Amino acid sequence: MNCQDTRMLLDGYVDGEVDLVRSLEIERHLQSCAVCAQRYANYQTLRNAIRASDLYVPAPPSLHKRIHAAVLQTSKPETKPRGLPQWSPGRWLASAATAAAVVLLVWGTARGWSLPSADDRLTQDVTADHVRSLMATHLADVASSDQHTVKPWFDGKLDFSPPVEDLAQEGYPLIGGRLDYLANHPVAALVYQRRKHVINLFIWPSTDSERAMSTVTRQGYYVVHWIRAGMTYWAVSDLSVAELEMFSHLIQQRAAPTSAP
Amino acid sequence: MQERMKQAQFEEAVVPHLDAAYNLARWLLRNDQDAEDIVQEAAMRALKSFGGFRGSDGRAWFLAIVRNTCYTRLQHDRAHEVATTSFDDDLYSPDCAAANPETLLLQSADTQLLRQAVEALPVMFREVVVLRELEGLSYKDIAAIAGIPLGTVMSRLARARQRLMEQLSPPINKEC
Repeated sequence: MNCQDTRMLLDGYVDGEVDLVRSLEIERHLQSCAVCAQRYANYQTLRNAIRASDLYVPAPPSLHKRIHAAVLQTSKPETKPRGLPQWSPGRWLASAATAAAVVLLVWGTARGWSLPSADDRLTQDVTADHVRSLMATHLADVASSDQHTVKPWFDGKLDFSPPVEDLAQEGYPLIGGRLDYLANHPVAALVYQRRKHVINLFIWPSTDSERAMSTVTRQGYYVVHWIRAGMTYWAVSDLSVAELEMFSHLIQQRAAPTSAP
Repeated sequence: MQERMKQAQFEEAVVPHLDAAYNLARWLLRNDQDAEDIVQEAAMRALKSFGGFRGSDGRAWFLAIVRNTCYTRLQHDRAHEVATTSFDDDLYSPDCAAANPETLLLQSADTQLLRQAVEALPVMFREVVVLRELEGLSYKDIAAIAGIPLGTVMSRLARARQRLMEQLSPPINKEC
């Protein structure tokens, strides 16, 4: 590697964006070339100065309040959002979405999708948790398709041992596990995949009586819930309802085959 | 109920990134009040399109909206700034590669100098510096946010850092 190549790649090198082979070549060049080494030292000086400075300007607390208020404002369609032009296609879409939601709700009710209202809050939490797991790029604390790796990983982290099943054969491979917190409990979150869709299966102990599977929908996600053999299960995904219910059936069969109804 | 759920999910996706959003807007617009207005406007735009968001990275998604909202404002208010700083990235080549770099002497006490140097950068350089050095984002994220190829991220960073170092070096014996 010569000076010109090094010069061209120095930014990538400083930023850790150069592959290992080139990195090593650059390193070697820097050891033998005083000019490039000086340039590299300057890069580091600049970076350290920026990092040590107070150039980062965090959002003022008033902005959080403003945005929260503005978001709330959007739920009142009769009041115009302040400072924003009225956007009629958006309004039309919003009405269409509301109509669609009503249709879905009626259809869902007809299909017998209902949970006791006490579970509404939990359904919401479970869905929010699912969404958060997808957004934070923090899907799994232990990434493994091996149930014998995932299950022991929970030992010592939870005061119960969640059933961990691999359903790769059936087309729902296990991709990992995560520790989560729901309903004032640390809970096990098992992560499965179906094509590009992620399924979060939340499990924790329950003293409630057994409950058959029930399905609800929340904001485009399906949530399947059941209680069996002293464990409560919540499966959440954007999969089709048929596939998520199939998944839940398979888990039920595998996880507690001997439990009496 | 659905609406409230959407709002809750939206706030969960966006609120953790308000600092990043404000910092970016503040540096692009160089004005506190404008930055607040723009972040709020961007949040409203983001809320409208939130239903279509299925990505895994709320930060890059929201920052891209903030960035575009800032550019719309800049083009509207100060058309000259964006226009006069455009150049062909591909034509850029380090023109003083042969010159010996001077030792950069920069103390942390020089924050004021540093701030002025960053503020003096053309907006497209400022944006990569802020996203890389202050936000610590990868080239891939920066490319997605700014809507430019990976190679352009690197060449803009190179150009931006070169300018900063020139600004911050003592004004003696400048050959290039």
